[in-house]
Amino acid sequence: MNREAKAKMPGTHGLTETDVATSPEASPEATQPILSITDLTLGVKRGNSTTSIVDGVSFDVAPGDRFGLVGESGSGKSMTLRAIAGLLPGGVEVLSGHAYFRGVDLFSLSAEDRRALMGPQIAMVFQEPMTALNPVMRVGEQIAEGSRRHLGLSRKAAMGLAVDMMAKTGIPDPIRRARAYPHELSGGLRQRIMIAMALSCRPKLLLCDEPMTALDVTVQHQVLNLLEELCDDFDASLLFVTHDLAVVNQTCSELAVMYSGRIVEFGTVASVLQNPRHPYTKGLLDSAPDFDQPDRALIPIPGFPPHLADKTPGCSFAPRCSFATEACLTGTPPLTTVRPTTMQPTTVQPGAGVACYRSDEIAEGVLA
Amino acid sequence: MLQRLSFIPGRLLQAVPVVFGVTLVVFFMAHLLPGDPATAILGDKATPASLEALRVQLGLDQPIWAQYGLFLANLFQGNLGISFSFQRPVAELVFQAIPVTMSLVLFSMVLALAISIPLAAIAASGPNKPRDLLVRFFTLIGQGMPQFWVGIMLILLFAVNLRFFPVGGFGNSPLDNLYYLFLPALTLAISISPVFIRSLRSSTISVLGSDYVATARSKGAAGAPLFRQHVLRNAAIPTVSIIGITLGYLVGGSIVIEKVFAIPGLGSLMLNAIYNRDFPTIQAVTLFVGLFVVIVGILTDIAYTALDPRVNLTGKARA
Amino acid sequence: MSSPTFLLVGFQARRRAKARSRSLKPWYRNTPLVAGMIVVGLLILLAIFAPLIAPYDPIAQDLGATLQGPSAAHWLGTDKFGRDVLSRLIWGAQVDLRVGFLAVLIPFVFGSILGAFAGYFGGWFDAIVMRIVDVFFAFPFLVMVIVLVFILGSGETSIYLAIAAVSWVSYVKIVRGEVISAKEQDYVVGARLGGMSNARVLFRHIGPNVFSQAIIYAMSDIVMNIMGIVTLGYLGLGIAPPTAEWGSMILEGQEFITTHWLQATVPGLMVVITSLGVSWLGDGLSDLLSPERRK
Repeated sequence: MNREAKAKMPGTHGLTETDVATSPEASPEATQPILSITDLTLGVKRGNSTTSIVDGVSFDVAPGDRFGLVGESGSGKSMTLRAIAGLLPGGVEVLSGHAYFRGVDLFSLSAEDRRALMGPQIAMVFQEPMTALNPVMRVGEQIAEGSRRHLGLSRKAAMGLAVDMMAKTGIPDPIRRARAYPHELSGGLRQRIMIAMALSCRPKLLLCDEPMTALDVTVQHQVLNLLEELCDDFDASLLFVTHDLAVVNQTCSELAVMYSGRIVEFGTVASVLQNPRHPYTKGLLDSAPDFDQPDRALIPIPGFPPHLADKTPGCSFAPRCSFATEACLTGTPPLTTVRPTTMQPTTVQPGAGVACYRSDEIAEGVLA
Repeated sequence: MLQRLSFIPGRLLQAVPVVFGVTLVVFFMAHLLPGDPATAILGDKATPASLEALRVQLGLDQPIWAQYGLFLANLFQGNLGISFSFQRPVAELVFQAIPVTMSLVLFSMVLALAISIPLAAIAASGPNKPRDLLVRFFTLIGQGMPQFWVGIMLILLFAVNLRFFPVGGFGNSPLDNLYYLFLPALTLAISISPVFIRSLRSSTISVLGSDYVATARSKGAAGAPLFRQHVLRNAAIPTVSIIGITLGYLVGGSIVIEKVFAIPGLGSLMLNAIYNRDFPTIQAVTLFVGLFVVIVGILTDIAYTALDPRVNLTGKARA
Repeated sequence: MSSPTFLLVGFQARRRAKARSRSLKPWYRNTPLVAGMIVVGLLILLAIFAPLIAPYDPIAQDLGATLQGPSAAHWLGTDKFGRDVLSRLIWGAQVDLRVGFLAVLIPFVFGSILGAFAGYFGGWFDAIVMRIVDVFFAFPFLVMVIVLVFILGSGETSIYLAIAAVSWVSYVKIVRGEVISAKEQDYVVGARLGGMSNARVLFRHIGPNVFSQAIIYAMSDIVMNIMGIVTLGYLGLGIAPPTAEWGSMILEGQEFITTHWLQATVPGLMVVITSLGVSWLGDGLSDLLSPERRK
C-alpha cells in the first residue's frame, strides 16, 4: 500500500533513516524532497466506527520550494498540516501513511524526538495571530522561548536574538515592542511576531496555516512579501495552507487542491491555475475575484462541501459538479498523473495529477 | 504596571459603601435580639443599674441614627466593648485570635492548591477519560462531605489509629503550630479543593485547546515547562476570583474546624461567645469576618490585574 | 469558530447538532438525572416511611444497653443512651432532608424576583439592590447562619429564616445576570418594541429561560443547606435533642471515636450520599435545561 502510494507519486525516498535532529546535513542528494507525505489518512475513532478527515493524501515538497495546499474549510488541509506538526486536536489520529521529513518518518519518531525537531527543523505560523500568542507572556519572551530551548541560549542572548528577529520582520522599535503583550500590538505586528518566532531557530520547513486570513488586505500583502523574503533569506521551504488561490499564485510554485479530505489536483501553480483539470479547481478559480479581469462575473460553486461523516460512494465532488456523469456517482476517480494531450503538450509537467474522470475533456475545453 | 494599578484608589472607594453596610448589619444585629441591646450586651445576669448605665452609654435614648454614629465612633477608636464572659476588651481577644485563624486559613489554602493543581491537570489531560471521571467523582464526594465530619475522619485515621498527628490543640512554637495545624488545614483543604479542581479543570481544558498552546507546542514545548509557562498562568486567571470567594468560605469553615480540633482561633472565640451569650464578642468577630471578606475582594482584584495584562484600569477584562 | 484548533466546520456543526439532540434524548437516558432521582427518591421514601422502616423508636433510651457494638438486634449498635443508631439514622433523614429542601424555597422565590426586577429595570434600583447584595456577600454562609440562629433563637423556623437571610443573594446575582443578557436578545427586544408591558415581557419571555439557571443553582444550594443544618446540629445550635439529626449524631459519636468509630462515621456517610444524589440531580437538570452550556 505504501509502495503503491509512492509509485503513484513522483519523487522517491529510498534514503536511510538518519536522525535528522542530530545530523541535519544528512541528505545525500539535493533533489530529495524535504517533506514527503505518502498516503496520509487521518480520522476520528468513535467506538468501532472511524470517520476519515483526510484520505490517502500524498505530496512532496522539494527543498527551497513553496508548496500551496488549497481547499475550502473542511477539506482537510489544515489537519494535514497539523498532522505534520504533530498538533492534531484531541480525538483525531493518524490512521495510516507516512510523513518523511528529510527521509525520516515523523510518525515513527518518539514524541521527544519529534519535539526536538519542532523549532529548529520545522516551524509553524498559525492562522489567528491574536489567539496564537500567549496573552499573559511578553512577545519577546515568546520568541526567545524556542531559541533558549533548542539552541541553548541564555535568557539574555535569546532576548537579543528575539529583538534581531523582530527587526528582520520589519517591526519598528523592536526593543520596546519585545516587552509588549500580544493585545498591545496590531494584527499585522502580531503576525510578524509569529513569523519571527517561527524562524528564530532557522527551520528548514515552515508550515503556514492560513496566516493571512485574519489580516487586512493591505497588511496581507506586506506580510506575504515578508514571508517570501525571509524564507529565501533563511533557506526554508514553505508549506502553505490556504483557501485563497490568489495568495498561492503570488507565493507558491507548486500546489495541491484538496476537496473533502483528498487531493483532487496537483501540479505547478502555473499549469494548474492556467489549465485547471479538475472541475473543483475550475470552480474555485471561477468563484474567486481576479485582479487582472475585475469585470469577470464570479461564479460560485453550487451547494456545500459534504459532511465528513456521510461519505457517499463515487466522487465526493459529484453532487456539486455540473459535469458529473453516472460513472462519477458510483466510482471514486483515482489521482492519476496527467497525460500529455494534443491541446497542451507543453504545459504538462511530469509532477502533475488530477482525480477526475473527465479531466481531459475539461483541460481540452470541451466542457465549459 | 504602576499605571495598571492606578485603579486601586477607585476600587477602594467602591468598597466604602460595602464597609458601611457591613457595620450597619453588625449594628442592627443588636436590635434584632429579643430585649434591648443593653440586655443583649450585658447578659441576663446584669444588674438594673449597670443596664441603665450602658443604655445611656449606647445612646439608646437617642434616635437610631445617632446610636449608629456612636457605634461607628467607638469602632474607629478600636472600642468593640467588653467581653463579659472573659471580662476583657473584645478587641484584645479578637486580635489574639486573628493570627491563629489566619495561619489556619492560609495553610489550608496552600494545601488546597497543592491538591487541586495536580488533580485538575490530571483530569484536564484526558477529558471524559477514566482518570477525569474519577477526579470528577471525587469532587462530587468532596463537596458532599461536611467539613467537621472530614475532620473527625482524619482524626480517626491519622491521630487515633496511625498516631501521625495530634488530636487537637495548637502547640507553642511556630513549627509546632504548623504540625498541629496540619490536620485541620488538610480538612479545610479537602472541603474547598472540589471548587478549585472544577474551575481549574475546565479552564485548563480550554487553555489546552487554545491556539497559543498549539504555538508553544510548535516550538517544541511539552510537559512541565509547557504547563508552567503557558497553561497554568492562563488557567489560573479565572480561578483567582474563586480563590477570593473561597477565602471567606474558609473563615466560615474554620469556625467549625477550630471546634473539632480545639484550636484557639476566631472560631473558638465565636462559638464560646455564642454558648455564653457573649454578644459583644459575637458582634466583633462577625464584623471582622465581614471586613476581611471585603479586603480579600480588593486583593483579589489586584491579583487578577497582576496576573492578566489584558485587564484594563477599570478592573474588567478587555478581550 | 475561527480557531484552527478545532475540527473542521462540518464537525462543529455536527457537535452542535449533537448538543441539541442531547436535550431531546429521553430523560431516562440522562445518567446523572436518573442516578440522582434514584438516590434522592430512596432517601425521601426513607424519610417519609421512617416510622415503618426504623426498627426502634429513635428517642427511646435503654440505659441497660448503652454503647453496644453492631449486633443482630442493633445493626449499627446503640449510642450512649442505648438508642438504636440505625433507627436514629433513618429518622434523621426526616429533619435533614426537610430543612435542606424547604429552606431553598424562600430565597429562591424572593431572590429570583428581586434579581429579575433589578436586571430588567436596571438604574438606581439595580444599583441599590446590588450594593445590598455586596454587603450580604461579605458574610460567609456559616458565620451568618450561626449568628442569625443565635439571634433568632433555636428551632426549625429560625433555621429556615437564617438560611433564607443568607442565601437569597445568590439567586439575585444569577437571575439578574441572566435577565441582563436575555434582555439584549432579539425576541425580547422584539416583544418590547411590539408594545408589550414590562411585566408581560418579564414573565412571558424572559422567565422560562432565566429561571432554569436558578433551578440548577438551587440543587447546589440544597447541598449547602444540608451542610448548614448538620453543621448547626454538630455545633449544638440546630434542632434540639433528643430529635434524631445526622449532625448532632456525629457530635455525640465524636465523643466515642476511639472505641465506637461507627457512630460518628455512618451519619456522615448519609450526608455524603444525600449530597451526591442532589448533586447528580443538579447535573442531570442542567443537562436537561441548558444543554448548550455544558461541555
